Amino acid sequence: MTGDLPEETSPTPVLTLDEVSKSFAAVRALRNVRLSLLPGRAHALVGENGAGKSTLVKILAGAVTPDSGAIELLGAPITLSGPAAARDAGIAVIYQEPTLFPDLTVAENIYMGRQPLRGLRRIDSRTMHRQCAELFERLGVSIDPHRPARGMSIAEQQLVEIAKALSFDARILIMDEPTAALSGVEVERLFSVVRGLCDSGTAVLFVSHRLDEVFALCQEVTVLRDGAWVSTDSTADVSADDIVRRMVGREVSAMYPKKAATVTDAVLEVDGLTRFGIFEDVSFTLRRGEIVALAGLVGAGRSEVARAIFGVDHYDRGTVRVDGKKLPSGRPAAAMSAGLALVPEDRRQQGLVMELSVVRNATLTLRWALSRFGWLSRRRERASASEWVRNLQVKVPAVSAPVSTLSGGNQQKVVLAKWLATRPQVLIVDEPTRGIDIGTKAEVHRLLSELAADGIAVLMVSSELPEVLGMADRVLVMHEGRLTKELAGDAADEEAVMFAATGRQGGS
Amino acid sequence: MSVTRVDPPRGSEPRPAGEPPPVSSKAQTARHVVVVRELGVLAALLLLVLITYAYNSRFLSEQSRHDLLLGASILVILAAGQTMVIITRNVDLSVGSLVGLIAFGTGKLLLEHPGTPLVVLLLLGMVAGAVAGAFNGALIALAKVPALVITLGTLYIFRSLDNLWAGGQQINAADMPSSFLDFGTSGALGIPWLAWIALVVVIAVSYYLGSYRSGRELYAIGSDSDAARLSGVPTGRRIFTVFIVNGALTGLAGVLYAARYGTLDATVGTGLELQVVAAAVVGGVAIFGGSGTAYGAALGALLLTTIGNALPVLHVSDFWQQAFVGALILAAVGLDRLLVIRLSRQMKGRRAHGA
Repeated sequence: MTGDLPEETSPTPVLTLDEVSKSFAAVRALRNVRLSLLPGRAHALVGENGAGKSTLVKILAGAVTPDSGAIELLGAPITLSGPAAARDAGIAVIYQEPTLFPDLTVAENIYMGRQPLRGLRRIDSRTMHRQCAELFERLGVSIDPHRPARGMSIAEQQLVEIAKALSFDARILIMDEPTAALSGVEVERLFSVVRGLCDSGTAVLFVSHRLDEVFALCQEVTVLRDGAWVSTDSTADVSADDIVRRMVGREVSAMYPKKAATVTDAVLEVDGLTRFGIFEDVSFTLRRGEIVALAGLVGAGRSEVARAIFGVDHYDRGTVRVDGKKLPSGRPAAAMSAGLALVPEDRRQQGLVMELSVVRNATLTLRWALSRFGWLSRRRERASASEWVRNLQVKVPAVSAPVSTLSGGNQQKVVLAKWLATRPQVLIVDEPTRGIDIGTKAEVHRLLSELAADGIAVLMVSSELPEVLGMADRVLVMHEGRLTKELAGDAADEEAVMFAATGRQGGS
Repeated sequence: MSVTRVDPPRGSEPRPAGEPPPVSSKAQTARHVVVVRELGVLAALLLLVLITYAYNSRFLSEQSRHDLLLGASILVILAAGQTMVIITRNVDLSVGSLVGLIAFGTGKLLLEHPGTPLVVLLLLGMVAGAVAGAFNGALIALAKVPALVITLGTLYIFRSLDNLWAGGQQINAADMPSSFLDFGTSGALGIPWLAWIALVVVIAVSYYLGSYRSGRELYAIGSDSDAARLSGVPTGRRIFTVFIVNGALTGLAGVLYAARYGTLDATVGTGLELQVVAAAVVGGVAIFGGSGTAYGAALGALLLTTIGNALPVLHVSDFWQQAFVGALILAAVGLDRLLVIRLSRQMKGRRAHGA
């Protein structure tokens, strides 16, 4: 493994990270990561979902403090204690979706709190707008400083953020997946702006999933895997295939108790499902007794497909059939009565009513089945909930305890209980084990496996490759809104999935 | 590898060009939105005045104009203060009770010390109001509960203090020093003193909101408070200050109320808070924060007062007057939504190209 930093670099680094580590509770997000940014160079940071890229960006943005390790700015140690400290250090972060003040003008967005003043500490609006226009001129983009930020495209908002960075002479520009929501033309425009900044000496850290963009823009590339530093190379010395292999190279652990299930007839048929600008022409079939994983990188459109199938979101084209019967678009109630269940990605926001008791949450989907003449029977509610709490081995002090008192893993089980109580034919789970501890993860996996064995068809959206490979009978891979590959479970390996997920055709 | 079904690889296909169209025309529209709101209110106001004048020319007589301005002044001052609060995505419902409390306090003070100079009365009223505003602001900052709930609570607290103090007593105009009452009704250059004060308040608030960093930060807070915090705006301190300033202006309005009417009891100012919020909303101050001007709110207050004065002239019953104000609020909110939607829609074509 090429572990050395490029040798021929003579300029002193602007920013150096040395042996930086960070843990969140029991999860080690970063372990002894090193990184060195040079003036006038664009440096790429790549890795799979969960490799620690976001944590690293947050550390540099001052939003997260590292547990150990040193950060040096121009050779002098520095503590990034907050967003203000990072800004003072000359670090600017451009996020995938910038947050501007929609009601204020572009110039005000850039100079908020730093407006040029004239007599009596009044804002010198004319100077502010002129300076703003000069910033855009330097960047070579045409945005009217007077227009409000409301209604700007994401590409334009990013340019405003870059102009802001320029306005306080940022020496280091960090871009976190900036191109995920941009069109080809917009990406080109962004890159020409960034190249211009590099020419004037700015150091750029470019975090991206898109390897072709990494090679188009950057001179150096650092790979992270599972929170650890893997390699740093000059982009001239490595191929995209090398990078992909370094991103995955990990063994699938044996913690996935997938039972062999008899796969029978098709139950869910998705054909040509399209939501303009989000996903396009997604077709697949789900059969009873199988677990199908929907893999891909964050932002590939997987959750959106799941939500569309269940009817939470509308779709523009295509059909969803359950048992040969077509489901209407955008009607979760119809999907539920046809035997679909969706366990959403964000259980706190979408899956549970945190203040209500375990009983109430677990039976929320059954309010009608459990009621007689419109009155909910508490006794039947409690009986139904207790049954599922027992089946799923949810650890609760009492079924009347509010779910907010449970651990993440047990909350996830309550969400599962809620949907399993409807006795679904098709269970869609979106990131079923995100943010829960390893022990409970294995239990959730065991549970999914048992459900499949009982003849339920499971569609599992997951960003965790080991989970995908360990659990799935088939793996569907999405890339930028399209289904790019279908792999049989035993034929799927990390490289094949990652190649498809990054839109590369080689490798397998 | 057993691939049952593979979609044709189209990931690398050239996307439909998302070439951004020139921005200039859009920027123009967007800039006009702000002006359109205020102009709309002004147009409605002029239209109402013209129609009423055509119906009865005495509507614009000197006496009638004087009454109109007197009636509007207190509402205008309160609306200017409320504008600052609403811009930060908060609301202060306690202003009606506070006006009552301070008006009664002013009357009580004058009964015992009839010789108190006007300036002292105004300053005392503003200080008392600021203290009440600080109470609101501190509760909001400490309890982290929406201002709507906190000020609903203090609405009742201030009112009950007023009741305890007044205890059924009524102060009559006849007991008040005549110089104080004169100030409440007379004026200069044909415009009542109260209206001059209201004008100064509106100009000052507008200028502050438009030309000072901390004023612009109020808009930033209401627009997106998280982004404001990330930009280094001291959101908590700004909101606290805004409640103090609004309290001081409410105190000013309370003293002016005592001067204007003279007759004071524990029910003074009941329900005034809703008129104030209505004036701001009709005047184009977005109830979810981030936009609006004190000029707009002042126009809104003037419009509501004019409606109150014009409809009786037009022989429209009180019953319809309330419905009319209600319809106006809905129209103002509807216009607001329409403008925002139109602005967003212009970009929609582009958004569709995003991945």
